[in-house]
Amino acid sequence: MFESLGNRLQGVFDGLQRRGKLTEADVDAAMREVRLALLEADVNFKVVKQFVKRVRERAVGVEVMQTITPGQQVVKIVHEELINTLGEPGRLELGLQNPTIIMLVGLQGSGKTTTAAKLALHLRKKGSRPYLVAADVYRPAAIDQLQALGRQLDIPVYDEGVNGRPPTICANGVAKARESGATVVLLDTAGRLNIDDMMMDEIKAIKAATDPIEVILVADAMTGQEAVRVATDFNNAVGLTGLIMTKVDGDARGGAAISMREVTGVPIKYLGTGEKLDGLELFHPDRMASRILGMGDVLTLIEQASEQLDEEETQRAGERLMSGKFDLEDFLQQMQQIKKLGPLGKVLGMLPGMGQMMNDVDLSGAEGELKRVEAIIYSMTPKERRNPRLLKASRKRRIAAGSGTSVQEVNQLLRQFREMQTMMKQLKSSGAGRRGALSNLLGGKF
Amino acid sequence: MFKSIRKSLSRTRQSVFGQIQNALGNGDITEETYEDLEALLIQADMGVDTSLFIVEQVRDRAVEKHLYRADQLIPELRGVLRAILIEPPPLQIDTPRLLTIVMVVGVNGSGKTTSIGKLAKYYKGLGRRVQLVAGDTFRAAAIDQLKVWGDRAGVPVISGQPGGDPAAVIYDSIRATRARGYDLLFVDTAGRLHTKFNLMKELEKVYSVCQKSVHQAPHEVLLVLDAPTGQNALLQAIKFKESVHITGVVLTKLDGTGKGGMVFAIYRELGVPVRFIGTGEGIDDIAPFDADAFIDGLFDEPPA
Repeated sequence: MFESLGNRLQGVFDGLQRRGKLTEADVDAAMREVRLALLEADVNFKVVKQFVKRVRERAVGVEVMQTITPGQQVVKIVHEELINTLGEPGRLELGLQNPTIIMLVGLQGSGKTTTAAKLALHLRKKGSRPYLVAADVYRPAAIDQLQALGRQLDIPVYDEGVNGRPPTICANGVAKARESGATVVLLDTAGRLNIDDMMMDEIKAIKAATDPIEVILVADAMTGQEAVRVATDFNNAVGLTGLIMTKVDGDARGGAAISMREVTGVPIKYLGTGEKLDGLELFHPDRMASRILGMGDVLTLIEQASEQLDEEETQRAGERLMSGKFDLEDFLQQMQQIKKLGPLGKVLGMLPGMGQMMNDVDLSGAEGELKRVEAIIYSMTPKERRNPRLLKASRKRRIAAGSGTSVQEVNQLLRQFREMQTMMKQLKSSGAGRRGALSNLLGGKF
Repeated sequence: MFKSIRKSLSRTRQSVFGQIQNALGNGDITEETYEDLEALLIQADMGVDTSLFIVEQVRDRAVEKHLYRADQLIPELRGVLRAILIEPPPLQIDTPRLLTIVMVVGVNGSGKTTSIGKLAKYYKGLGRRVQLVAGDTFRAAAIDQLKVWGDRAGVPVISGQPGGDPAAVIYDSIRATRARGYDLLFVDTAGRLHTKFNLMKELEKVYSVCQKSVHQAPHEVLLVLDAPTGQNALLQAIKFKESVHITGVVLTKLDGTGKGGMVFAIYRELGVPVRFIGTGEGIDDIAPFDADAFIDGLFDEPPA
């Protein structure tokens, strides 16, 4: 459904093989695509306008580098400007206040209560003593929800039932937290509409009663054009110090992050992913920028790859690949390296353009497929792995029996392996450099 | 009801359609007029594709009718928008039968449980014997939340243990509902992102339990979308349609500044109609969707 900006721009510049400077005409054509791509990612209309203006100013007259096309050059500028706009990731102000008071505000259903629990867990891991205050007296069972989460995490939760006044509850909660020796208090306030004056007055009163050092807007990453109004209204009412975007594990592009950051100027501090209570990630502007552009999260993948992969091993396999000596043993090792990166779904999702496709793939099947391939290779002798041509009918029957698969499946694997080898040879002759066995392998297998 | 839709859309009207009259003015139609129109539609979260489509349709109509003043485009725009909101088949909840099952699905925090509470009260008011089942066994206190709504609406709630298998709870609830002679069962389900493969499979299992237990059930599968959601709403609708064949949308939180423009894209791409709109936090703040009233609400001057 969504085309990535890279593809779109490629279209604009198709046939335009020349090098040199980006002309005004080039940039104008590109800017229309940039504008549409950002709008599709739910970046606010007005924010897009400003953004495009900035990119345009930067792009005209830029020298197109030898190695890339004009389209890629523009994407690069857009990407950089997105990173600038998203700003540095924010850190929580801990230690300036005792206890540190953090107030969470937001619309209904944005994920405040879950985020409060996630944040409490995160801060405890970092050595703080967290304390939760349940100030949502309106939504049915909101207090029960925070109490249940508190029990799961073994973190104390203060509440006064549904009859208390939220500013008083919060003030009492802070006093209790101080008594108990907690170092961080998290105030979970009720969800409210930014245009509901009475409710907005209530959070002002909570703020006045507790004097929090952090006031964080918890916002759904799926928010559309409204992001600007919501963030502006909350910021005007209580003076935000940070943002947490939630439900980032969905497939929303998350343009709301840009809009909110741009109009409030406050940093994005964390991202909420998943329903498990450890699903809180640090914010990386570069990755968010890639996501908004639909470029996939290659950076996270590369980072994980460099953390997890055995560089020498990869290098060696790459060389063997290029020299055409790549055998099933190498194949197995490469597969194990990939498995270290985490569940297949997560790895694939980080590849450019795969996000959309992923929805159509039954990944539980794909994981099983990997396991099967592994089992088949394990059932071969080292000699067979190094020289798959040895495999005739009888050996195949033995391998199938040994791995709990069928001869057809063994044949299928061998066929895929041969195809891969052929592809490698072609790649080699077309001179595609040594970008590494990993990307080739991923490209070859999937 | 008209009034409540109009009231809840007043924000939209002020922010977007109020601007249409201003933005278009009554000067000559120029290229800029169409650009302004496109901008306004995009700001109502209609999405790029749908906005471009609507502008092209308006342009075609204008050319055909030889319009030359910008304010003449407003009735045309209205006509184009109304045409997108095609007439849906009759709502199955209203068809009499022994037991009607309505599944309510959606992403986390869209307002499923609240909407069920309101729908329970609404249908109880129409003389139906309503029962609720708490299929969200995952989220902390989700069962308690539905019970509070059940109390408010005065309808019984069936629930299992937190952490239990939702399909099993729902299977039991269908038998209990039938045994006790209730004729309308709302199935609350856990919020889930449409990208979570396993959770969508779980939902399919719930669907098939309904399917196997009662003839032609579930009779309606309602996707709850909240109005501030942007383009992702369409992806949600596509995925939930694939998995559990959603038959309608409940559009919630229309009392905020959310514009709900993405329902036009959902109508156009999937033909899935809006069935109800949620207009506030009170238990009576829900109304059946009325396309004419919806568009009237978008265009009419605010009552003085």
